[in-house]
Amino acid sequence: MTSRNLPFFATLVVFVVAWALCAAQFPAMLSTRVAANLITDNAYLGVAAVGMTFVILSGGIDLSVGSVIAFTGVFLAVTVRAGLDPIAAILLVLVITTAFGAVMGAMIHYLETPAFIVTLAGMFFARGVCFLMTTDSIPIDHPTWDALLSVSWKIPTGGRLTLIAGIMIAATLVGIVLAHLTRFGTYVYALGGNRTSAELMGVPIARTTIAIYALSGALSGLAGLVFALYTSAGYSLAATGVELDTIAAVVIGGTLLTGGVGTVAGTFVGVMIQGLIQTYIIFDGTLSSWWTKIAVGGLLFVFILLQRVLVHLAGRSRDRLVPAT
Amino acid sequence: MTSTLPGRLSFGALPQFATLAAVLLANWLVFPDFFDLRLQDGRLFGSVIDVLNRGAPVAILALGMTLVIATKGVDLSVGAVMAICGAVAATMAAADYSLVAILAAALAVGALCGLWNGFLVAVLDIQPIIATLILMVTGRGIAQLVTEGQIVTFTHEGLIAVAGSSALGLPMPVVIALVLGLALAALVRLTALGLLIESIGVNRTASTYAGVDSRSVLLATYMISGLTAAVAGVIAASDIRGADANNAGLWLELDAILAVVVGGTSLFGGRFSILLSLVGALVIQAMNTGILLSGYPPELNLIVKAVVIAAILVLQSPAAGRLFGFLRRS
Amino acid sequence: MDNAEPLLLSLRGLTKTFPGVTALDGVDFDLRAGEVHALLGENGAGKSTLIKTLTGVYVRDGGSVHLQGTPIAPADTADAQRLGIGTVYQEVNLLPNLSVAENLFLGREPRRFGLRDARRTEAMARDLLVGYGLDIDVRRALGDCSVAVQQIVAIARAVDLSGKVLILDEPTASLDAGEVVTLFAIVRRLTARGIGVIFVTHFLDQVFALADRATVLRNGRLVGTREIAGSNRLDIVKMMLGRELETETMKRHRRQVVDAPPVVSARGLGRRAYVQPFDLDIRPGEAIGVAGLLGSGRTETAKLLFGIKQADRGALAVGGKPVRISSPRAAAALGFGFCPEDRKTEGIVGDLSVRENIALALQARRGWLRPLGRTESRALADRFIRALDIRTSDAEKPIRLLSGGNQQKALLARWLATEPRFLILDEPTRGIDVGAHAEIIRLIERLCDDGLALMVISSEIEEIVAYADRVVVLRDRSHVRTLEGEAVNVNDIVRAIAAEAVPGAAA
Repeated sequence: MTSRNLPFFATLVVFVVAWALCAAQFPAMLSTRVAANLITDNAYLGVAAVGMTFVILSGGIDLSVGSVIAFTGVFLAVTVRAGLDPIAAILLVLVITTAFGAVMGAMIHYLETPAFIVTLAGMFFARGVCFLMTTDSIPIDHPTWDALLSVSWKIPTGGRLTLIAGIMIAATLVGIVLAHLTRFGTYVYALGGNRTSAELMGVPIARTTIAIYALSGALSGLAGLVFALYTSAGYSLAATGVELDTIAAVVIGGTLLTGGVGTVAGTFVGVMIQGLIQTYIIFDGTLSSWWTKIAVGGLLFVFILLQRVLVHLAGRSRDRLVPAT
Repeated sequence: MTSTLPGRLSFGALPQFATLAAVLLANWLVFPDFFDLRLQDGRLFGSVIDVLNRGAPVAILALGMTLVIATKGVDLSVGAVMAICGAVAATMAAADYSLVAILAAALAVGALCGLWNGFLVAVLDIQPIIATLILMVTGRGIAQLVTEGQIVTFTHEGLIAVAGSSALGLPMPVVIALVLGLALAALVRLTALGLLIESIGVNRTASTYAGVDSRSVLLATYMISGLTAAVAGVIAASDIRGADANNAGLWLELDAILAVVVGGTSLFGGRFSILLSLVGALVIQAMNTGILLSGYPPELNLIVKAVVIAAILVLQSPAAGRLFGFLRRS
Repeated sequence: MDNAEPLLLSLRGLTKTFPGVTALDGVDFDLRAGEVHALLGENGAGKSTLIKTLTGVYVRDGGSVHLQGTPIAPADTADAQRLGIGTVYQEVNLLPNLSVAENLFLGREPRRFGLRDARRTEAMARDLLVGYGLDIDVRRALGDCSVAVQQIVAIARAVDLSGKVLILDEPTASLDAGEVVTLFAIVRRLTARGIGVIFVTHFLDQVFALADRATVLRNGRLVGTREIAGSNRLDIVKMMLGRELETETMKRHRRQVVDAPPVVSARGLGRRAYVQPFDLDIRPGEAIGVAGLLGSGRTETAKLLFGIKQADRGALAVGGKPVRISSPRAAAALGFGFCPEDRKTEGIVGDLSVRENIALALQARRGWLRPLGRTESRALADRFIRALDIRTSDAEKPIRLLSGGNQQKALLARWLATEPRFLILDEPTRGIDVGAHAEIIRLIERLCDDGLALMVISSEIEEIVAYADRVVVLRDRSHVRTLEGEAVNVNDIVRAIAAEAVPGAAA
């Protein structure tokens, strides 16, 4: 095990220990039902976090995630109410959010501006468009929609894997394949490792940057679909602050905030840790929900600190190779 | 006020004032009564006063944010710090503490939050956007911890007066923003703090090699940002006579950053002007009010802000710089 | 040249200018197949410009480049690679976060069903590295490997991609002796295959151990090309420093050094893997010259004394009192000043005005609560602009708009404003036009006459001789010799620099 993998293993240990502690207190948490619910309840976060993983791996950040999720929900609700077939609406919205991400990526690359300010503008823009479409919470009501909702797979010992849980797992698996088994994935890591070196080694910087933010846009759209399925409604104020939750999940999942190191699988565990904290608070019944934020923030701090220490140690060990002749 | 201000006000500040004038003019065109003022009970009323009053919290946040951005940093936590300090103030008001105690506690908490951010940035050397993200995530939870998850309301006369009263005919928040702005401008320009901040923002290594105590200056800068967030938080709490941990100061960090950027301070650090950041805050609020007055849905605001950011980015981008340089040469 | 090997690469009259500077001025350079050709010169000599022009980072302004007889003009590094010219830099320009195999085949890894075929990539990587005598786990992250392995991986990638010319840009700077031996064995194996190697370094030992020929550049011009077999170290050093021993006519400025107690006194001061422990005494009114080739530990000595890096052994006394200097701020408080070699990134604060730059150190020492008023700082700036003849239209002009020489004078002014007792100048005349050179030298002499203790690092030996009372010579990060009195002359200094790095040579 190298220091590079340490954050991921730390995440895994935190998750297992946390789960064990929870289970010791509430044996019911060991059931597959709880596990399946854990995935279903955090599916939108998990899907968006896959996209955010790629963005952060490349050394960037995407603050527009929450707004794009809300936009997707509102767009689906409004167009379905206006008579568009849900499947067509879903395809259409995914194209829109992908294009939206691509435009942000192009701005980041060609204007040579920090990602945070470009995606900040994107965040305002997407949320503004939501508000323009509607400020009400609009229920989504359509036979096709109900059919989508009823899709689920039984799993042994009583749990049910819903469609949205399936989407999250699929998104994670696709993310893993994309990150580790494709040339694009290597380019993403290369970009986050050292932009100049990557360019010298022939990585197509412009194309990769645009593709990364397009992917994040697409997955935010998919997360929006999941969220809309989960709530069966579109609401322009939905998913505020989700970009922070996704960033936290990615970092807790062991991805270096400066880019270049991390895994999609780790992000999955990071999402699950956040979900576990929430589930524990619900099981406990006496703790209030704000503890989730504090616990997540605390974990975020610990992991950022861990990253600093590891980077520092790596720097020192490199120092040591300089000969003292 | 500063050695470099006169020179910059005459030329460099032109775009900011021109933008403000244009926005105000647009408001006047769609709403001819825009500049009308009337005096009632020793207090001015009118759309312009409304712009000033509503713009005050963002203007106050922009004060601290200007300094942070000048050091090549950013403080994403100011909205959350507003919520925390608002929660502290409201909870204490509900328990009937004296106004002095309430203000002292809120400011102390704000300073502490700033110190935390400064510690992460200056001592642990974490990138500012990430360091302040931690408090941004945790802050609203902490605020709810303070209010124990309730929306606290109060009837504390003293605290209500912070946003509700007036002085010199102007609403109190406007007076606070002005006084704070002048005080901060004096603090950074009458001492050497401003120079040291700019120096660190332009070249931290060279500044440190010249003997500048970069760590302390960064700590002070983030602490000032925490303090201004605390003031904005108290005003917000006073305005709604309560504390709403979920919504107080929501997205205001972004408005504050936008105000600073509109005010001409570069996101890459260096030269800053507190006065122009205040102008930037006014521009943003005047746009908000204008959209409201012209009958468009207020929601259009966000889109307009996005377009403004995009426009500034395009104008400031190195690519545009090269293009202008090319056009000038050919 | 009547050599058996065919000419692989031939540069004729290569010229490259930047605004205000001629970085390369009609340079000729030849590389035969299968030879190691060392490219030597101090900073600013034009080595890196030559390489960047060769690899397509810069476009040349004049001259021709022929590769195997065909004229070439690479548009970028990828183009140069396709043509057959690969480069390995000192700071390995690979990706530490990717695996060894990924680094070797980034962008051209074998694929199966559209996915990366990791197993085949790894097998190919292993096969490739075995050719370099390297048997490592190619799945390891490159950053977890030693610097030597990283170098070899970089070489393997470059050769695999290009295969005709390999440029090694200071590849040994962070390797230990054993690693250097390994690296050299690999280079010899490559030349045996007919690859031509351009070897940029400032370690003379290595030039004599590895290279067949050496070309020396100085101030963008070709000084000469020598067969290593027929040369000795002194010849090469003389070429690099551009001095003919018999032309030593520079007048030494003599001065009576008062026998005062030293301002700064170091005993066994050092830092592991940075600078070997050294003793040093500097008296008021005395100028110590620090000579040595690039990378010999000159700048490191300065940074240690100024608290930028902390010493981990030895003792330092200032004015007779023992001190520990933990930061530049602490050093400045003791009355130290430091003008760094890299003016742009470590010296000037570019967007601030000349006035603010001059006032910065004094202001930093006074603390933010005691500001220099506008009139005060204006007077200060004007005084120094006059005294040092800093040429600027206005004290309020951003300092980045000034010429290098005037920036240097402003940095000097920054420290003189604090009325220091000990000033360290690292390459004060680098990148400055000839007229300003003389001015800076006169300034240094004047400061000594005023009783300031000075330490001046320079690769201009003749200049050191002009102002230094004593000269410390560094080699391989240790202070090997101190020259005093009559020994302070170009001849002895150059000999001390060029001496073999064997124990006893320093005595």
